[in-house]
Amino acid sequence: MKKVSSILPLVALAAAALALFLADLAIGSVHIPLAGVIQSLENRSPDPVWKSIVLVFRLPKAITAALAGGALAVSGLILQTVFRNPLAGPDSLGIGAGASIGVALVVLAAGSTGGAAFLAGLGSAGYSALALAASAGAFAVLFLILIVARRVENSVTLLIIGLLIGYLAGSLVSLLVYSGSPQKVQVYLGWTYGSFSAVTADQLPVLGGAIAIGYALTLGATKPLNALLLGERFAETLGVRVKGARYRALTAAAILAGAVTAFCGPVAFLGIAAPQAARRVFRSSDHAVLIPGAALVGAVLALAADIVSQAPGQGSVLPLNPILALVGAPIILSLFIRGSRAQGSRDRGSRAQGNVP
Amino acid sequence: MRAPGNGPLPLRAKKLAIGWKGRGREPLSSGIDLVVDSGDFAVLVGPNGSGKSTLLRTLVGLQPALSGSVELCGTELRRISVEERATRVACVFTDRADSGYLSVFDVAAFGRYPYTDSRNRLGPEDAALVERSIAAVGLAGLEDRRFSELSDGERQKALVARAIAQDCPLLVLDEPTAFLDAPARVEIFHLARVLAHSGGKAVVFSTHDIDQALRYADTLLLMDRGHRLEKGAPEDLAVSGAIGRAFDGESFRFDVSTGSFRSAERGIGLKVELVGPEGPIKDWTGRLLERLGCTVCRAGSEASAIRVSLLDDRPAFELGGRLVQGYSELARLLEELLPD
Repeated sequence: MKKVSSILPLVALAAAALALFLADLAIGSVHIPLAGVIQSLENRSPDPVWKSIVLVFRLPKAITAALAGGALAVSGLILQTVFRNPLAGPDSLGIGAGASIGVALVVLAAGSTGGAAFLAGLGSAGYSALALAASAGAFAVLFLILIVARRVENSVTLLIIGLLIGYLAGSLVSLLVYSGSPQKVQVYLGWTYGSFSAVTADQLPVLGGAIAIGYALTLGATKPLNALLLGERFAETLGVRVKGARYRALTAAAILAGAVTAFCGPVAFLGIAAPQAARRVFRSSDHAVLIPGAALVGAVLALAADIVSQAPGQGSVLPLNPILALVGAPIILSLFIRGSRAQGSRDRGSRAQGNVP
Repeated sequence: MRAPGNGPLPLRAKKLAIGWKGRGREPLSSGIDLVVDSGDFAVLVGPNGSGKSTLLRTLVGLQPALSGSVELCGTELRRISVEERATRVACVFTDRADSGYLSVFDVAAFGRYPYTDSRNRLGPEDAALVERSIAAVGLAGLEDRRFSELSDGERQKALVARAIAQDCPLLVLDEPTAFLDAPARVEIFHLARVLAHSGGKAVVFSTHDIDQALRYADTLLLMDRGHRLEKGAPEDLAVSGAIGRAFDGESFRFDVSTGSFRSAERGIGLKVELVGPEGPIKDWTGRLLERLGCTVCRAGSEASAIRVSLLDDRPAFELGGRLVQGYSELARLLEELLPD
């Protein structure tokens, strides 16, 4: 595709992400000046408390936010292209719900050694199991949607199905919660609020590794994703093996969203809003531009949300999802209104030009 | 004009059966033999539900044949990989998709997709071919326009440009004139014929526009309600009555002498004779009479005569001792003279 000047916005977004990353390290219940943050990062901070706050608590959290935001955005981008639906996203299609079934099964229904002890005791291994379970749950839902999507073309119907899957997951989870021990339920509920701060430094490589695999798969699918923009039949006549390309792309989306959901809980809205924002920023539909673009937009939004969640200061932290919803819901609502308006005018257009005989 | 190819036939179907697989399902149509050579413009027509799209999908491998074979450039479709197939046949289907920020150039550049590397980068020759394809369909200057902002006709042309850029010996277009207004439809027909005759492509084109099909096609492929395929020069199929058999309904019928469809109701049913100088005024009087369901008789018959002339630069008509000016007045007069 013709290259539009996409370097400048990429650099600007990267700079914004870096600035927010540093701000995220500085802001919190204990305010640390930027110089102190940098000294701590360089391991030459005069204040051991600052150093420990920055390196042990805030750095993993900021890295998690950046990674998770980017991964959710790219996952949403893939889903929107594959389903040709601007409202598709990890949460609107019920993939977050699928991941929560996986997590609920691991946390709540695990044997006597399960639950909190399972997570606390096994450290990164426990989280790996959790990530695997969430990814499996995410993929199961995606697979289901894929089957339905073959028969249902309508975007709204797909979203309703996503909603129904969400309810289904919700009811399964509440059954598990009802029969689970209070301790395990506490762990599970904590997970559902969504947070970037639960990931510790030794768990980061697991999250990062899963996301890296997801990105690698995504980059391999860049070319067919572009061909899918104009429909599956169009892609097929261009020599794309559509089925395989679609499964590879959706596997990438499930791994990206599943891993993030496992570690950070079901993070809402980012997956839909970030790719939409990226398209508008870059004024492009080319995935070679949009994949890095959406990842950066996602990282920026996630870091910004994390900073806002520290706003009360003095020890109290707002949960992540309500903040993202406050920002994300209006964006999605405006997209939906604009989308249905455009759809309406298109329908009128083709009716007026009906063809005889 | 036409330059028949010396190479392998771009498209050949032998004893092809098409339809949907399933227990207890009969093939929609079987025993289809079909050849489309380079430089040949074949137009597929047929009533709704006759199986035009199913046939086209089967010919390009988007749907498996139930039996028989399809050969693209001498190789059986089954032996051609999906990637290889995209270098032998380029298709234009009328799927409507949200093209987002794709420009006309982007859409046309998809034609190079089968030839580009894994990052889909266009080489200078690719880009030049894309530019030439856009110019060939008459969209030069609109390369950077967003595809979604084009008119329906321009959009169809951009998709044809994409098919040209794909550089295949066979072009298959499924109803490219649907949703288009009359001038845009003629343009697409013209373009397709130029691609066949001057570009040396084999072009297969399905349409509901029989009038244009009869004017432009080298070969007419006619699918009737019984899903039988007849093929031949459009004139042969018109004269043999095949077109009439395929399309005639209760309310309209194919008029062999004019090559168009007419209402089956007879209307006024008056017999008249036209007298006056040859020219557009007399021709259009004939069309008016046809529209009203009158029969135009040869000179010397018993029918009442309409005298056509020009009075003060306006068409004038004399009928039964009365003189009227303008076609609407003539129509009114004819209705007054209704036999009932």
